[in-house]
Amino acid sequence: MTPTAAATARKPATMAQALTRALRDALAEDPTVHVMGEDVGTLGGVFRVTDGLAAEFGDDRCMDTPLAEAGILGTAVGMAMYGLRPVVEMQFDAFAYPAFEQLVSHVAKMRNRTRGALPMPLTIRIPYGGGIGGVEHHSDASEAYYLATPGLQVVTPATVEDAYGLLRAAIASDDPVVFLEPKRLYWSKADWSPEAPGEVPPLGRAAVRRRGADATLITYGPSLPVCLEAAEAARAEGWDLEVVDLRSLMPFDDETVCASVRRTGRAVVVHESSGFAGPGGEIAARITERCFHHLEAPVLRVAGFDIPYPPPMLERHHLPGVDRILDTVARLQWESDWTEGRGE
Amino acid sequence: MTVLEQPGSSRRKGGLPGPPPAWHPRVDPAPLLPDAEPHRVLGTDAALQLDAALLKRLYVQLVRGRRYNTQATALTRQGRLAVYPSSTGQEACQVAAALALQERDWLFPSYRDTLAAVARGLDPVEALTLLRGDWHTGYDPRACRIAPLCTPLATQLPHAVGLAHAARLRGDDVVALALVGDGGTSEGDFHEALNFAAVWQAPVVFLVQNNGFAISVPLAKQTAAPSLAHKAVGYGMPGRLVDGNDAPAVHGVLTEAVRRAREGGGPTLVEAVTYRVDAHTNADDATRYRTADEVEAWRAHDPIALMERELTARGLLTDDFAAATRDGAEEMAADLRERMHQDPALDPDDLFTHVYAERTTQLRQQSDQLRAELAAEAATDEPAQEARP
Repeated sequence: MTPTAAATARKPATMAQALTRALRDALAEDPTVHVMGEDVGTLGGVFRVTDGLAAEFGDDRCMDTPLAEAGILGTAVGMAMYGLRPVVEMQFDAFAYPAFEQLVSHVAKMRNRTRGALPMPLTIRIPYGGGIGGVEHHSDASEAYYLATPGLQVVTPATVEDAYGLLRAAIASDDPVVFLEPKRLYWSKADWSPEAPGEVPPLGRAAVRRRGADATLITYGPSLPVCLEAAEAARAEGWDLEVVDLRSLMPFDDETVCASVRRTGRAVVVHESSGFAGPGGEIAARITERCFHHLEAPVLRVAGFDIPYPPPMLERHHLPGVDRILDTVARLQWESDWTEGRGE
Repeated sequence: MTVLEQPGSSRRKGGLPGPPPAWHPRVDPAPLLPDAEPHRVLGTDAALQLDAALLKRLYVQLVRGRRYNTQATALTRQGRLAVYPSSTGQEACQVAAALALQERDWLFPSYRDTLAAVARGLDPVEALTLLRGDWHTGYDPRACRIAPLCTPLATQLPHAVGLAHAARLRGDDVVALALVGDGGTSEGDFHEALNFAAVWQAPVVFLVQNNGFAISVPLAKQTAAPSLAHKAVGYGMPGRLVDGNDAPAVHGVLTEAVRRAREGGGPTLVEAVTYRVDAHTNADDATRYRTADEVEAWRAHDPIALMERELTARGLLTDDFAAATRDGAEEMAADLRERMHQDPALDPDDLFTHVYAERTTQLRQQSDQLRAELAAEAATDEPAQEARP
């Protein structure tokens, strides 16, 4: 093997490693990028995503901050006002809530209220979602809060390659990005080469992860592997399912979603976030508004229950799983159900 | 900061264990403590040392500031401004804050600090677009180095810290001065901003204008601290207490704090004791929570009157100077009145222009929808409905 070939060889890498590489490359390419947060320096972050960055780029480029999320995000706003490009780490989903006022009242609105004079090129990385056996306040699917705030972009990777590409795109964006990292996928692996990490995709484009003809599963982040598994299992039931990975919840890719649903005529939205006022309701409404005459059945949702996040020994009942997805697909008013009188 | 020696490890023979192993350098709190009484200059011997040009400059700005406050309040009565939080009585703090900064420095005002922004050189009309309602921030903050007038209390303080820290990281000797009120010191962002500033030794100065009330709630219900300036000690930065109606005193304390920050000495917290002579806004009724006697006592300690006494004593308040100052203020007020009464040109499509750097597909569709609605409205010549049932 030539040295070049060895350097670009694809070998198993984790999502966490791809994220680290994205931060490293951004720090190396752009001197205005500053990583900041709790434990991101010496420790390398509680999930080790910032491992080695302080050693390589110094404490000013990868800054351990006091333990205060509003202060972290608030000072990042001031740094962005001076022309820096801060990348903030919030330690866990539920620990990001103290920063909510800064996010909603300043990060999301600063460009607008100053007619573009003060853009906020900020990336806010938040490990989110459940499935890791975390004790309370460590597993929230908090995306709906951020989606309700115009001015923010909300992005979540589901693959190793996207973890690199989407984080690079988020940091390069001149608008703020809430970058939601699925905790339970941090250690997921794929063949990936850090030397040839793949294209940096534009934000706001969904990806069709599996082609299928009978129905579309629309999902993102931690639920993508579950949906792909469900699609495999569905073959035994005779259903050929398409799987769309949104990647970016805002901006929202109506085009890819609707093109898929128009092809299949049926859709199920799958996410961990609670169903009531969750992203699935918005997505179902958008599909219905745009694809009504193509739909063979109402758009259904598989979402977390409308409950506070459960304790770890019960979380499997709350999270969308293969069986619940298949049960929901079965309720998509297949013709045989109606002829046999088993429809709802 | 003075770092004390670690506590000794001597122990009684066969007695109690020694102190816990030390990992944190102890700082001597004494130099950080504020004076027992607010620092004053006017009426003291120190006033005699003051530069006459500075005194006159402060006076001109105070008179203009008072006139600006009365004119803006009048504009609310005429329906031109939705609301105006007046800083009448607090002009010394406003003017001193503006004059303590160099051109390259940044000011972080709250919603009551329009006057500080104007004294720093901002167009008086641009400073009021927020309150007239045509756009949230009517000026380019980068051009004048004045952050947007901040409505959510104390949330601008961490911005000031971040900006000051960023400037230092970039090797620029820029200082940020952030303004907040007594009520704002109860907010979590006040605490976090001061803590970050001290840990980072950021070149930032915090000025608390303690005007006695957070709308109606008096300071006694806001804090049990010996003074607001004392709060600095807990963060490891100096606290300074100053008479907020003594313009040269506030200017001197702020100038010294700014110099210290610029030279790498870190942040300072300044508490200026002052009084909000007007109500919270034109929509507030201050008689419900304070007595006329109290207001009168503060009127007797008026920042402009205090300056006039000093200028007169030094023979600086000549008839010509007084008249020119008055005329200049009236000219400013007339210009403000005239320009504020012109209807601003508004383009409804601006609603979609600065949400993101580029419009999303959805925003393009919504912009098209609004444009079509406006075209249909113009075609049928129906007046726009402000609210629908």
